[in-house]
Amino acid sequence: MAASTEALAPSTRRPSGALRVVRAIGLIRESPVGMIGVAIVIAWILAAIFAPLLAPFDPNATILPFQRPGAVDPATGKTFWLGTDKIGRDMLSRIIYGGRRVLIYGPIATACAYAVGIVTGLAAGYFRGWWDSILSRASDVILSFPVFVLYVIVISTFGRSGLNIVLAIVFASAPGIMRIVRGLTLDLRNRDYVAAAQTRGEHPLYIMFVEILPNARGPLIVDACLRLGYVTITIGTLGFLGLGLPPPDPDWGGMVNEMRALAIAFPHMVVYPCLAISSLVLGLNLLADGLREISIRD
Amino acid sequence: MTDARRTDGGHANGSRPPILEIENLCISYYTRAGEIPAVVDFNLTVHEGESIGLVGESGCGKSTVAMAIMRYLGSNGGIVGGSIKFMGRDIVGMSAEELRRMRGSEIAMIYQEPMAALNPSLTIGAQLMEVPMIHEGVSEREAYQRSRQMLGDVRLPDPDRVMAAYPHQISGGQQQRVVIAMALLSKPALLLLDEPTTALDVTVEAGIIDLIAEISREFGTAQIFISHNLGLVRETCDRICVMYSGEAVETGSIDDVFNRMRHPYTRGLFGAIPLPSADKNDRPLVAIRGQLPLPHERPQGCNFGPRCDYFRDGVCAPDPIPMRDVPDAARPHHSRCNRFEEIDWAAPLGAGTANEPIVPGEPVLIVDGMRKYYELHDRSVKAMLSGNRVRYVKANETLTFQARKAEIVAIVGESGCGKSTFAKVLMGLETATEGTITFNGEEIESTEVQQRPRAQVASMQMVFQNPNDTLNPSMTVGGQISRVIRRFGVETDSQKVHDRVMRLLDMVKLPRDFYHRRPRQLSGGQKQRVGVARAFAGNPAMVVADEPVSALDVSVQAAVTELLMEIQREHGTTMLFISHDLSVVRYLADRIVVMYLGQIMEQGTTDEVFAPPYHPYTEALLSAVPIADTSIDKRKIVLEGNLPSVVNPPIGCPFHTRCHRKLGAICESTRPPVLVDSDTHRIACHIPLDELRAIEPVFFSVAGSRPAGGTPLQGAAG
Amino acid sequence: MLIFLAKRLGYLLFTMLVVSILVFLVMELDPGSVAQKVLGPYSNDEQRRLWMEANGYLEPLPIRYVEWLMSAMTGDFGMSTRFKVPVTEILLPRLANTAILGLGVLLVMVPLALVLGVLAGMKEGSTQDRTISVFSIATTSIPEFASGVFLVGIFVLWLKWLPGVSNMVGGFDIKQMILPVGALVMYGFGYITRMTRASMAEVMQTHYIRTAILKGVPRRQVIMRHALRNALIAPFTVIMLQINWLLSGVIVIEYLFAYKGFGSLLLEAALNQDIYVIEACAMVAVLVAVGTQTLADIGYMYLNPRIRFS
Repeated sequence: MAASTEALAPSTRRPSGALRVVRAIGLIRESPVGMIGVAIVIAWILAAIFAPLLAPFDPNATILPFQRPGAVDPATGKTFWLGTDKIGRDMLSRIIYGGRRVLIYGPIATACAYAVGIVTGLAAGYFRGWWDSILSRASDVILSFPVFVLYVIVISTFGRSGLNIVLAIVFASAPGIMRIVRGLTLDLRNRDYVAAAQTRGEHPLYIMFVEILPNARGPLIVDACLRLGYVTITIGTLGFLGLGLPPPDPDWGGMVNEMRALAIAFPHMVVYPCLAISSLVLGLNLLADGLREISIRD
Repeated sequence: MTDARRTDGGHANGSRPPILEIENLCISYYTRAGEIPAVVDFNLTVHEGESIGLVGESGCGKSTVAMAIMRYLGSNGGIVGGSIKFMGRDIVGMSAEELRRMRGSEIAMIYQEPMAALNPSLTIGAQLMEVPMIHEGVSEREAYQRSRQMLGDVRLPDPDRVMAAYPHQISGGQQQRVVIAMALLSKPALLLLDEPTTALDVTVEAGIIDLIAEISREFGTAQIFISHNLGLVRETCDRICVMYSGEAVETGSIDDVFNRMRHPYTRGLFGAIPLPSADKNDRPLVAIRGQLPLPHERPQGCNFGPRCDYFRDGVCAPDPIPMRDVPDAARPHHSRCNRFEEIDWAAPLGAGTANEPIVPGEPVLIVDGMRKYYELHDRSVKAMLSGNRVRYVKANETLTFQARKAEIVAIVGESGCGKSTFAKVLMGLETATEGTITFNGEEIESTEVQQRPRAQVASMQMVFQNPNDTLNPSMTVGGQISRVIRRFGVETDSQKVHDRVMRLLDMVKLPRDFYHRRPRQLSGGQKQRVGVARAFAGNPAMVVADEPVSALDVSVQAAVTELLMEIQREHGTTMLFISHDLSVVRYLADRIVVMYLGQIMEQGTTDEVFAPPYHPYTEALLSAVPIADTSIDKRKIVLEGNLPSVVNPPIGCPFHTRCHRKLGAICESTRPPVLVDSDTHRIACHIPLDELRAIEPVFFSVAGSRPAGGTPLQGAAG
Repeated sequence: MLIFLAKRLGYLLFTMLVVSILVFLVMELDPGSVAQKVLGPYSNDEQRRLWMEANGYLEPLPIRYVEWLMSAMTGDFGMSTRFKVPVTEILLPRLANTAILGLGVLLVMVPLALVLGVLAGMKEGSTQDRTISVFSIATTSIPEFASGVFLVGIFVLWLKWLPGVSNMVGGFDIKQMILPVGALVMYGFGYITRMTRASMAEVMQTHYIRTAILKGVPRRQVIMRHALRNALIAPFTVIMLQINWLLSGVIVIEYLFAYKGFGSLLLEAALNQDIYVIEACAMVAVLVAVGTQTLADIGYMYLNPRIRFS
């Protein structure tokens, strides 16, 4: 092809962004384990979005206490599919709405933790020197606390609220993320393409966010799914200990805690919330495992 | 004299029993995409004590054949046809227990990366002793004695220390000797060597090759030597088998195949490698056009067909081509080409147009007394007490040389010689400790790249070694090159940037629609071309190429080397070519700088460096180069010992610990003076210049062929 | 080597110091609120001021901190507002109980997880591997409180084999230990198994294992002699770090089973704002965590020949 001054022929069209996202999600088909995980997670997300349509009752309405699963509400004729609790609230509705809370606070907390962790990890891994020393020491100190000891102390001192819980989770998770990002950065900064960028005189921020971070996304995505699972467990456990989101809105862990004493007579009051939280976390873990399998094959 | 080869000429089949007979072997891999044939219809016979080279590029199946002999193909590979008979016994049908007894005792293997091949958590002694203890049931004491003895046989100094050491405590060359010792402990009948020296430095490699050749004689073991390097095969083997895309395409004795080759691929391979007698202007490398076919996309008929100049439909396709006898050969010689009788093998290859040598201009880069020391802070108590808290790693010690416009200056040396450090200081990733570097009139040795003016940064760019790492995997090819163009402000208008990227892609001979591809969709050679395009995007006055072709296949190396040279010629760019491969350097450099342990040992024009007077290190380096040209032989010089560590460089001349011409105490105490042989030729040595001039050349022609050390068109120096 | 030890110990002390400052700041920054928590919500300003004066709370912050630190180092953390006895008197027995629980968990969990991990990693991709992997993923998806609930449901309510509470009123009863240990093991073993599996699978892919096989070493010896010593280095450190996890996990399990251990003490104190107990628990928890981490680092250094002999 002769180099010329005339307009050069347009190169083949770049595949559109939307198509690439769909193709990326479709990749999950390659791992059966991942597919089950995706299915579970999507099911819960849909349940959370369509909660008002799916829940037969108002989750906070006290209707008829101590009903077993399958009993029927004489007033409306609707079934208490999972029974009612000791105050009379429908378990199924509470579980569906409880999913909402978890699926809002969990991702927010995880995303914030990632933001902090990524910035600090990139800085520590790329600049090294005293940046690295300080950040690594700080993260070591925070990580030296057994996680729940930290949560218990912080939340009991500063009070139960959504914000406090999110902040506590960010504080406890960011150092772990920082460590991972730092490790990936230390590895990637030795690649030739980073050296090429440096020899071009590119700004460190460009190098960190354009040359290094996008190439670390594989392990980070897997970690994000796993961490979302841990965070879900954390929110549930805090609720169980009485340190979770304030009542009366349903919180899976809190539900188990409230009904503990009655577990012997009415097991349904505690078993179903436990199944709910376990299934969501299972979905996330399977998804993470599937993603890991795929990224290895790449 | 390369006396490694057996000189007892040929012998007909049957005078010595064959120990390995491979017939019509077919191996396939099973992936999610289906069955992929890796090796097809492979035949090979190995006789007792014989040494056969298995040569080919990546993906040709040579390692797969070796693994198949060991029956170690992994869970997704399998032998789907043919037979392998070892000493008359069928390997393919052997039980697991029989295989286990055979492995390590009758057939043994030597690997490419010795560090990875040894268990980091067991002592060398433990790993060695296992072999006789498992296969012969000897006692621990006897196993220890035998292992220790063997370490001596592979010429490792201080065997007791090595027996008790862990693998990471000994050097790469020593590790490979240990692996060889481990393989020989049970006196196997057959040795499989899978690229045993690829991971080693050149001078260390020479020692290992020497050892391998000797043990073949001493122990009478047969060898299958797998390599991509024709020169190495020539030095160690009696026969050669050339493989292409899963098939053997030519087999025969070294003499027959090297001098009277009968397959176009073999000839293409030879045409693509630089020979010590060749000059870039007289005999350009000829790359094999096209690309290796993917295993599931092999063409009908001859695998090499699409890339062959002599392809003829009907003859070469669509039927598969059988291996046929080549007549008039002293020893069996076969070729998988249907047209070998018709091809004129004496005709020159390809478009070998000679070029006018370029006249270099004014100095573009002047390095004067440049030093780069790294500080090592020793925090131990001992250091505190003795007062030596800071030690220096003298990565570059007083470098002085120049590079002129449109010249190619090669920097040659092995690991630890400081060439990468020098590149970093040049590019501004580090700053010099002392001395000056002047580029286009400006001093740059203490300016970091962040502080340099943009035009200056654009004017000096780099091509990197590893094609897999040279491009950002998450960006498209076009995106990465555009970024560079914009960054250097060459163009700002989107359309103009786009146009320029297209022109660059043309320049490196890549199709334009690669603009949207991501690096993982490109082959190694293609990625390296993008790297070249990226380096030239800003119209640099100087390009530093750090081993740009070392990681590529032979046929691709030629293409990328020629490409670099073409661009360099066209734009008049100065090029600093860093390499350890002297053949490539001989081919394309105008001037050479030889470094050892941070210091310049010798510098001069290519002709001057390749002919006496030599610095002793240059002499050894030249002697270590494997030569594929059968008309040339070389003197053998094998260096003892290892490369000393940069942290503790020897006082006086850094080379004295290994120098075969060491004078004595003076080499240990004083830095050598710089001898001036000519305006351009300098050597740093204590030996007087007259003595150095009287040394015989390393390369000399075998009786009856062309003179070595320069083509007839250029007068040989010295 | 000695220098390494000294450095690690110094680092441990440094961490403890920083943690103590953080804990102190969080809990006792405002003397007024401390007084309120100690004397109760029904106290008035006058009482609080008298109390603060008597206990040195009107001094500036740094002095208060140093005094607190000094007494803490001798073991005097003050009086528990809830139990009305010195903190150490309650803390130590509870710690001992938790130690027994922890020991039980480790004795069951570690061998189980290591064996399963090695079996899975030995034959990556096999049915054996997939079953173990999926099983460990499933069990780590169930939060500790949920696994406690499930175990209670099965063994107490349905099968009626075991008691549902573990408050040891009648002296030490091993049957009451089973479910708490079981619940913790169920959640914790999965992580170690996965780490071991990954490490083992990675080792089996290395070139030196290939060398061993092609040397003719019998398969059993390849695993036991060549693979394990490399594969178990990483899980070793993970196991030490599980102690850190245990200190978290016991909070939930002790609460659920009414076991009088360190975890339930911390929780009760937190819910009741028993300040000095909280502080003591925090310091002890961090000491144990950092101490085991230091031991893990030293152990790793010792086990890895590349680091030991460099």
